[in-house]
Amino acid sequence: MKNPLDSLWGTVITGLVLTVILYYLARSMMGA
Amino acid sequence: MSMDFLQYGIGRWVHIMAGVMWVGLLYYFNFVQVDALKKAAADTPPTGAGITKHVAPRALLFFRWSAVVTVLMGAMILGDKIDDALFFKERAYVPIGIGAWLGIIMLFNVWALIWPNQKKILGIVPATDEVKNKARRVAFLASRTNVALSMPMLFFMVASGGIFRRAIFGA
Repeated sequence: MKNPLDSLWGTVITGLVLTVILYYLARSMMGA
Repeated sequence: MSMDFLQYGIGRWVHIMAGVMWVGLLYYFNFVQVDALKKAAADTPPTGAGITKHVAPRALLFFRWSAVVTVLMGAMILGDKIDDALFFKERAYVPIGIGAWLGIIMLFNVWALIWPNQKKILGIVPATDEVKNKARRVAFLASRTNVALSMPMLFFMVASGGIFRRAIFGA
């Protein structure tokens, strides 16, 4: 499998996915 | 001048200015320089020497030190609440805690992976072609990792305070 960080779009999509995952993690940690 | 003014006023201002410089240069490297150097290397004769000799070392200088200033100012703003943030002890400090950890990981990448390998790539320290090629890959991936991490980091920075935190997290 190609490393997504090799392309700029792959990097930006990785960042977006990570943001969504961490957002839901933060919500659950805050009991929101 | 009160301590609060220094800690929250001046501290936050310098934190944001240094952060803009850090992330701005990170985006310059990834969105501009990497591709430009690839194209310059394909020219006949190659035309990227000026970038690697004059631009990249200066950009890296401001890049790595603005990273230090950003994180130090961030720690100063948190003050005695730093353990509440970093160890997620208080609900309201969870977003800034996550943002702070992402910033700390990014700072580690700058000083432990990007800068030591860039020194080899730019010839600041001697290295064989094989070592340079490996250094190029490690520095590239660490830099791209920081671009990806910068997105949630900035999200949690803007989502961490007052009305913004309540609007985004409802708490």
